[in-house]
Amino acid sequence: MERISFTIDGRICASDKGLNLIEAAKQNGIFIPTLCHFKHQNPIGSCRICTVKLNGKAIAGCTLNVQEGMNIEVNTPILLDTRKAILEMMFVEGNHFCPSCEKSGDCQMQNLGYETGIRSARFPHLFVERFIDAKAKRIVINKNRCIKCKRCFEEVTTNDGYKVFSFINKGNKTIVSVDYEQEEKLTESQAQYAMKICPTGAILVKGKSLSKPFGDRIFDQGIPGKTIPFLKTNKNNNSTQKKLVATTSLAGCFGCHMSMLDIDLGLLDLIELVEFNKSPFTDIKKFTKRCDIGIIEGGCSNTHNFEVLRAFRENCDILVSVGECAIWGGLPALRNTISLEECLNEAYKNSLSSEQDETIIPNHEEIPKIFNKVYANHEIVKIDYHIPGCPPNSNHIWNVVKNILFEEEYAIPYPEFKYD
Amino acid sequence: MNRTNLLNELWEYQNKHGYISKRAITQIAKSLKVSILDIEGVISFYHFFHQKPTGKFIIYLNNSIISEFKGFQYIKAAFEKETGCTFNEYDENPLFSLFETSCIGLSDQEPAALINFYPFTNLTVKKVKTIIKQLKEDEKLATISSSFISKIQYTPSEEKTMLFRNYIEGNSLKKIRKYSASEILENISKSGLTGRGGAFFSTAQKWKYCKESKSDKKIIICNADEGEPGTFKDKALLNNYPGLIIEGMIISAYVTGAKEGFIYLRAEYKYLLKKLEKTLEKFVDKGFLGDHICGIPNFNFYIKIQLGAGAYICGEEKALIESLEGKRGEPRLQKYFPTQNGYLGYSTIVNNVETFAKASRVIELGTTYISKIGTQKSKGTKLLSISGDVAKPGIYEIEWGTTIRELLKLCEALSPYYIQISGPSGECINSTEFDRKICEEDIACGGSIMIFNRSRDILQIQKNFMNFFKIESCGVCTPCRAGNQILYEKIKKIERGLSTEKDLEEIKQWANIIKLSSRCGLGKTSPNSLVMAIDKFKDYFNLKTSPITENQYVEFDMENAIQEYDDVINNL
Ligand SMILES: Cc1cc2nc3c(=O)[nH]c(=O)nc-3n(C[C@H](O)[C@H](O)[C@H](O)COP(=O)(O)O)c2cc1C
Ligand code: SF4
Ligand code: SF4
Ligand code: SF4
Repeated sequence: MERISFTIDGRICASDKGLNLIEAAKQNGIFIPTLCHFKHQNPIGSCRICTVKLNGKAIAGCTLNVQEGMNIEVNTPILLDTRKAILEMMFVEGNHFCPSCEKSGDCQMQNLGYETGIRSARFPHLFVERFIDAKAKRIVINKNRCIKCKRCFEEVTTNDGYKVFSFINKGNKTIVSVDYEQEEKLTESQAQYAMKICPTGAILVKGKSLSKPFGDRIFDQGIPGKTIPFLKTNKNNNSTQKKLVATTSLAGCFGCHMSMLDIDLGLLDLIELVEFNKSPFTDIKKFTKRCDIGIIEGGCSNTHNFEVLRAFRENCDILVSVGECAIWGGLPALRNTISLEECLNEAYKNSLSSEQDETIIPNHEEIPKIFNKVYANHEIVKIDYHIPGCPPNSNHIWNVVKNILFEEEYAIPYPEFKYD
Repeated sequence: MNRTNLLNELWEYQNKHGYISKRAITQIAKSLKVSILDIEGVISFYHFFHQKPTGKFIIYLNNSIISEFKGFQYIKAAFEKETGCTFNEYDENPLFSLFETSCIGLSDQEPAALINFYPFTNLTVKKVKTIIKQLKEDEKLATISSSFISKIQYTPSEEKTMLFRNYIEGNSLKKIRKYSASEILENISKSGLTGRGGAFFSTAQKWKYCKESKSDKKIIICNADEGEPGTFKDKALLNNYPGLIIEGMIISAYVTGAKEGFIYLRAEYKYLLKKLEKTLEKFVDKGFLGDHICGIPNFNFYIKIQLGAGAYICGEEKALIESLEGKRGEPRLQKYFPTQNGYLGYSTIVNNVETFAKASRVIELGTTYISKIGTQKSKGTKLLSISGDVAKPGIYEIEWGTTIRELLKLCEALSPYYIQISGPSGECINSTEFDRKICEEDIACGGSIMIFNRSRDILQIQKNFMNFFKIESCGVCTPCRAGNQILYEKIKKIERGLSTEKDLEEIKQWANIIKLSSRCGLGKTSPNSLVMAIDKFKDYFNLKTSPITENQYVEFDMENAIQEYDDVINNL
């Protein structure tokens, strides 16, 4: 094989002539993120995550074979941001509720989210209704999570050469589908292979949903042997006055608040630094003082959430959205693809515990009005920081809060990043 | 059955039964030895194929921006009222089915619809009433339909006209006998002819790649998919000079050694099919097609027509080739040119209708003739289709270098304010730019010019365009499929008065991401006109958005947020 040299971001690299760029870069210690890329002989080029520049022109890296003298850009600020943006598009286009996803912790798309440091998507979530198809014999397709990478089309065929997966429709209606007749011909191991190669949780095998149990997944371990520490604050910052903190839970499950209490003895350190004002911790219902920071759990699901959130903005210098619900709606936003009327009927009239004509949809002028969908907090007030997680680790939350309050240096280590 | 014949096969079922039944699909899948889903994937890609029964008359109403401004809404309501059907739904009415469709190439006569592919133009509420009544009384479509012909409004003086001039069949073919393939190519090269489909790639260069290719077979494709909204110039050529176009294809076959050719005709122009078939037959009879063309030994070339089935993206050459192979029209990777890896892997030339017609004229009239027309870089003429707020919509053959102002005068534009050049994927200009020239050095134009006056809402234009891209994207790559939807949501946000200048900034940033990373020309151009409009119509967008302030609240549409709840409670 002829060896050639080319440059990546100005660095001279060498590899076999004609090698796929993703592989060639890897051999030279440079990681180019990909999702659809699987076998480099036949690139798909659909996800566009690996967008690089060749002699100044943008191209999907997975479709490139290196040649002598190529000048390739991989990690320029624009390309890094583009990569992140494409991933964010995938998050907002599908409905990715990581905390309830079987693949969470073992999902390539999620991993890349961590890798690129996505805290919140810059784009509005689209909340398009997509259904879960469980009609096939072994495989369940959760169309909410498919990123249309086409890996399954290329990689999964029956022994007699028939396609099992394909797109139907076009444009924004494009969705992946499974052929029931062909699917039936797949062996158990072929079906599991399909689940494995899907970079998201879109393909699941019945009866084998959790690919790895919670707690055992790579990211559950954190840094091997270490838990996230609660960092001591430098006492030399001369503020003798305690910082004022307010917290609230809007459309959330109080999980983030439970997590905040989870710092054990750290609590003693914490209350030396901060004083809680309006918060479920103190049971103070109305702001009595202006606060330095407001910590918000949960998104906005009704008029009451809306008022509380605006009051927080009014009374706090800095607002932090904590947890997935606050950041983009999270689990309560599962209802965002369904009409409100259907949701209310299901909850109050057609549920198992409601007797025919005995129950009503609650309504009274004192009861808050429910919004047509759950809104992210930043759609209602300016939010200064986002801490992802469902819930985020308690030490992580307070480390970040202290960092904001005392302007201390705090780098977020990779394993602390979580969407579930 | 051959996979490449799939579209024709599907058409047969569609035409015969009004839809393609599960049984038919199963049968086709079986004979092709592919999965049923594979076939369903193809059917659902093309919007003229249906998987549920339709009525005897399928009505496709154009929803382009021109149609919108000329009363689309009222016509749509009238069709629904008269037929009792709902648009875009399968409501099991035995007589009628109603669907919206993207531009059908009748922008000079909007609002327009196709009923079983017969054109009905300049629709009014009254006309709709009559048409539906006539159809119920079983009158023949052929007798009640309108003319699809677009008026030729302007051609330059005779010595400067290239296309719309006297045409005698075989005039350019007669000349090739005297020259070698290389000499012909040399002439095309000298004429400076570039692609008229919008990309302006050198035609001679493309032919040269194919000529030099070692491919076993070579294929010539005429791209008659003309899907860019506001374009109908290829339709005029196909109708007036089908022979000229075919001669162009024959010349390119002569140059490259291709034996097989296709005309990929959009289904919207099905009414031209007969004429094209007749012309092909005539050419065979005259010895212009077939074996030993014009008596040149071993110069054999055949042309087939392939009807599309409703997908804008199939105008993109690499998607067109996929479609021709009987697949979903997803553009192939940029990695190869069609001249390297085209139809069934063979070296393939894809050229626009006008490009072939021009090539034919280059050989017929000679390069000196053409070199006297146009500008330094753009030689010859350009065919334009003009529509919108003008007194004389239609076809214009102009000399390259004509200014926008001259053009506006010719077509008698009425207080022009916003002009869209080359369709939604092209660019927009405002009144300060009317002295710009139409030519490759300044504003190159693929053929669509839409002119709007002051009363037209720019956001409505942009929303219509973005909706078009959202629907017509092939859906295969993330930035285009998701990005256009996201931009559409942004436009809706501005429309609802919830935006600040920050949203405009974001549109520009997001547009760059979509353009940078999309796989084909659709995504690479779809955000262009929105971004340009924001820059060029600042006053308008200033009125639509609020300035960025220190305000800690984000504008929120409370009314909309509680509407559904109020409705539910009020209906209890
Ligand atoms: C989204 C998209 C749609 C296109 N539609 C057409 C079309 O309808 N007709 C056409 O001739 N070219 C169309 N093109 C351009 C073709 O890809 C191709 O460049 C052209 O057919 C080449 O012929 P030319 O060199 O003669 O222009 C389209 C391109 C894109 C990206
Ligand atoms: S784990 Fe992956 S597939 Fe599942 S919801 Fe999260 S991002 Fe989507
Ligand atoms: S189902 Fe999975 S593998 Fe298949 S296209 Fe979707 S994300 Fe890709
Ligand atoms: S840019 Fe759009 S049309 Fe082109 S390949 Fe991507 S999704 Fe398809």
